[in-house]
Amino acid sequence: MGKSRSLLSRTRTRSAWLVLLPMLVTLFVVAAWPLGRTIWFSFTDASLDLMADAQFVGIRNYLEYVKFGDEDGQYYGLLADARWWRSVWNTIYFAVVSVSFETLFGLVIALVLNQQFRGRGLVRAAVLIPWAIPTIVSAKMWAWMMHDQFGILNDMFQRLGLISEPVAWTASPDTAMIAVMIVDIWKTTPFMALLILAGLQMVPQDIYEAAKLDGVPAFRTFRRVTLPLILPAILVAVVFRTLDALRVFDIIYVLTPNTDATRTMSVYARENLFDYDQFAYGSAASTLLFLVIAVITITFIMATRMDLEGKRS
Amino acid sequence: MKTPLWKRLGFYAVVAVIVLQALFPFYYAILTSLEDGQALFDVNYLPAAPDFVNYRTMLTQGVFGRQILNSVFVATVVVIFSLALAVTAAYALSRIQFRGRGLLLLTVLSVSMFPQIAVLSGLFEVIRFFGLFNSLWALVFSYMIFTLPFTVWVLTTFMRNMPVEIEEAAIMDGASSLTIIRRVFLPLMWPAMVTTGLLAFIHAWNEFLFALTFLSTDSQRTVPVAIALISGRSEFEIPWGNIMAASVIVTLPLVALVLVFQRKIVSGLTAGAVKG
Repeated sequence: MGKSRSLLSRTRTRSAWLVLLPMLVTLFVVAAWPLGRTIWFSFTDASLDLMADAQFVGIRNYLEYVKFGDEDGQYYGLLADARWWRSVWNTIYFAVVSVSFETLFGLVIALVLNQQFRGRGLVRAAVLIPWAIPTIVSAKMWAWMMHDQFGILNDMFQRLGLISEPVAWTASPDTAMIAVMIVDIWKTTPFMALLILAGLQMVPQDIYEAAKLDGVPAFRTFRRVTLPLILPAILVAVVFRTLDALRVFDIIYVLTPNTDATRTMSVYARENLFDYDQFAYGSAASTLLFLVIAVITITFIMATRMDLEGKRS
Repeated sequence: MKTPLWKRLGFYAVVAVIVLQALFPFYYAILTSLEDGQALFDVNYLPAAPDFVNYRTMLTQGVFGRQILNSVFVATVVVIFSLALAVTAAYALSRIQFRGRGLLLLTVLSVSMFPQIAVLSGLFEVIRFFGLFNSLWALVFSYMIFTLPFTVWVLTTFMRNMPVEIEEAAIMDGASSLTIIRRVFLPLMWPAMVTTGLLAFIHAWNEFLFALTFLSTDSQRTVPVAIALISGRSEFEIPWGNIMAASVIVTLPLVALVLVFQRKIVSGLTAGAVKG
């Protein structure tokens, strides 16, 4: 019996790798290999037309000191590029502010949807709609609503007395980032709300009953009981959204193209790769963005000791 | 103990604000899509003299109809491929004990964290190597990078929670893995496959960066890129009515899908994230 069991388990193991193979090969060709090539290109002089003959040039794309004379010289490369650092800052600023507001609004919406009231199903359906709308479409819709002359947003705000004259939301450097963040917050708050709602629904109802009987004010119950219990769900949602926000591209490309005020790391990288014919330089930017995201992801996995084998479930 | 009136009113006011902010932009897009000429440039809150001319223009002139078909093709084929690859992989990852399983699952999952831009230059080379540049297959192929990890992950969790008994007899009969997957699991997997399939479809339908980079001619483009690139002769001639009509056309099917499959989509989204 023992022998046949082990034979069986060995054939099972072999067939496991066999059925895994197509998926693994696909992921290797679409993910691992291209990533490796991107990193390699970042250390070469590759250009769009000459990829195969790219020569290794060391870290020149990242940093290089060029001597002009005896004492004189200047640093070149990504790490010495003010535009790059501006886009790093833009990305971080965008991610932090957007995700904060999304968490706050998502929490409010989740708390509302967690109540029993008439028409709850309809409200939940309505909340999902921004999530269902393609990012490009959202960006275009808002671009029209934020139009400086004919936009309904300026009209509304003027009627409400919030602004005295029309604002060029997307064109002016002062408001371009705000415009982008409004669209992102509008579009992704539903995702946040759903994840937090899933956390809320796992909180046992009798806790609330007990707190109510003891006369604990609703806000105290929320802070002392609900919030600690849903904090893990919120954290997971925040990490997912942050990783997403750090690679933002579509909204900015459509809503505010070509402004220093909103250029993010992804936009910077693509510009160099395909618009400015600086393929190697753009690859270096892509590589750095990948590193940033990898560090955050690994930290997150370590910190939460993710349950991969399903032992705890 | 009844809740005081002001509290109930306050609650419904919050509900009203939530619904209004969620719906208004799409409502306004529909409103704009029904306006033409000068009416477009007067700010309206309610429809005045609706007119379908923008829809007629988009669907009969130019290649927008073709572009819709492109999107349908790409999204459908992506769903079929990623489900086929993921179901077999999920079977091995959930039902068979072997060394390195946890690490493998971790690797697959980590791919879903890849920023698309990080693989863009390498993928561009691969796609040119296979001669797929400006072909819809370039998108089908490259979209696997985000649909596969997610699909594998959700289907693995789903399969893991099924009792051992359902496949015991088949294993003892010496049935092959593929037979077990096809005969035993596939009939039970429909709920999870519908959910993941829908999410993969939506993701593929909306994708922008790869579609912008790997396709170069108008008749090959998918709808998000097509909409992003609609422009007038100058900045002052942007055809907002046409853009909004196109936007409504590509969004309505998605909104319908989301409303019909609301529960499935919500459970899929939360399974992808919370179960970690």
